[in-house]
Amino acid sequence: MSSVDTVLAPGVDIATAPRYHGVLARQLRSELRLVFRRRRNVAMLIVLGAVPIFIGTAVKLATPRPGDGGPAFIGQLTNNGLFLAFTALTICLPVFLPLAVAVVCGDAIAGEANTGTLRYLLTVPVSRTRLLVVKGLGALAYMAAAIALVAVVGMLTGLALFGSHGVTLLSGDTIPFASGLGRAVGVAIFVFVDLLGLAALAFFLSTLTEVPIGAMAGTVALVIAFAVLDSVPQLGSFRGILLTHHWLDFGDLLRSSYSITSLAHSLLVPVAYTAIFGSAAWARLTSADITS
Amino acid sequence: MTAVVTAPDDGAVAQPAQFTSLAIKTVGLTRRFGNHVAVNGVDLEVPRGSVFGFLGPNGSGKTTTIRLLLGLMSPHAGSVEVLGGAIPARAAEVLTGVGTLVEGPAFHPYLSGRDNLRRLDAFDASTDPRTSNRRVALALDRVGLTAAARKNYRRYSLGMKQRLGIAAALLRPRELLILDEPTNGLDPQGTREVRTLIRELAADGTTVLVSSHLLAEIEQVATHVGIMSAGRLLRQGSLADVLQNANTQLRVETTQPDDALRVLGSLGLEVSEQGPGYLLAGMRELTADRVNAALVNAGVPVHGLRVERPALEDFFVQLTGEGFDVVR
Repeated sequence: MSSVDTVLAPGVDIATAPRYHGVLARQLRSELRLVFRRRRNVAMLIVLGAVPIFIGTAVKLATPRPGDGGPAFIGQLTNNGLFLAFTALTICLPVFLPLAVAVVCGDAIAGEANTGTLRYLLTVPVSRTRLLVVKGLGALAYMAAAIALVAVVGMLTGLALFGSHGVTLLSGDTIPFASGLGRAVGVAIFVFVDLLGLAALAFFLSTLTEVPIGAMAGTVALVIAFAVLDSVPQLGSFRGILLTHHWLDFGDLLRSSYSITSLAHSLLVPVAYTAIFGSAAWARLTSADITS
Repeated sequence: MTAVVTAPDDGAVAQPAQFTSLAIKTVGLTRRFGNHVAVNGVDLEVPRGSVFGFLGPNGSGKTTTIRLLLGLMSPHAGSVEVLGGAIPARAAEVLTGVGTLVEGPAFHPYLSGRDNLRRLDAFDASTDPRTSNRRVALALDRVGLTAAARKNYRRYSLGMKQRLGIAAALLRPRELLILDEPTNGLDPQGTREVRTLIRELAADGTTVLVSSHLLAEIEQVATHVGIMSAGRLLRQGSLADVLQNANTQLRVETTQPDDALRVLGSLGLEVSEQGPGYLLAGMRELTADRVNAALVNAGVPVHGLRVERPALEDFFVQLTGEGFDVVR
């Protein structure tokens, strides 16, 4: 059309542009600031932190007699403060923690798409794989913080209310406080892997939509669906592949002898979910058209 | 390059020798949405150093083209090269040299303007983290947002949001700026500032692709234009060349319009408008002095003779149609 005699310029100097160290750390710091400064996320942490305090206070005020019903843990609470950490995690695992994971992970990509910031991040440019990694690590850091908060607040509240003598396990044996602490860390790790599967699922949903609330609600709906299906005995061994089926198996860690093999077996399902939906999220984000 | 782009008196100077290589080149670029072809065989050529006005009615495929240029979408056919690198294959290297404002600004509402820019800069692997704060402050200053730097983005007015979007594009030196509707929502002062900014950047050698509906704006800053309609690129080239091809008209002022009409008719010119004491006729390939000679030879008194190039806006409407309807 124009009379301009046009040739493409020879190689740009961009390839030789300086690269700075610690890029991932810098990106991650920015992401953590975004996640942990968001008021909604802080509010969820406050609620989660309040759960063990609430349970501990309630138990202290009305010490249950044996045979009163409720989870087996509750009876153990008064024996040792550490048990409050286990109890709090058990109570938070079915609903509160999945909700927090659904909100933060469901928002991860869909939230950026919704505000339109996704297109600006990608044109910075950031590779889509890198963005997924940074958003993923940010969300996992929040999840780890949420679990640690429940466990640590539970333990501190428990110690303050019930003392720190030897830990009596569900099997009746008593172990020293230090090894009790080790088991508490074990439980927290188990819960983290449980939720990792859910986080991957939420992440995948988050790459499918520009509406973060959709990804969040979808994740919560799936958790409920898993729980409902899991309660139908006719489904038999099929229930074994439900994400939530083995979630509470960490109770084994509170017996005198536990089998690492069987614990690892329980974690196979969440690990498989993590692999499948993590890959699906990657495949989707790296190929999708960004129209938001 | 034969045509010399004449500079408006306040400045967009374009040296003819300049535009010899391309900052953007697409070949047969095509993108469909279902049955609708949003971008249809577009061969866009944006010379380095140009201010390229990218024009077209709503829904003509401008923004989709821009998304394809930035690797946000993949084309169904054709190829894209930006700053010499193929998109999307080399997007991660090439786009560091490209500042963008696509479909309006977008930032995190609960972060301040400054924190939003810091976040974008933190994700940029090619910038020096030690200079981040300084560059953020400079970019804010350049768009006049220093006073509002600490304010939450959601409390910004539309014009302030737009300015922050431009600031983000200026966080580091760029070879190419792709600005989609940069003056959207700005007051007249803001519009003027953006125009000045584009001129300054162009003077530093930055190539600027700017899409806009404000054709008078474009006409003031652009050295080149491309006009899209219904997914096709109808015209592109230097502003002077494109308008040269436009329907240039000759205005003849005379006391004997009927005689003039006859003479013009004998020259094969079609008179489009006749009023008291004047005639308007399409120019074809004739020069004004030939027409003048013919008129004088025929004894028609010529009081005035003027060649009228249409404004960009008139030409734009000629090309893309008068209607208000979105072309699909």
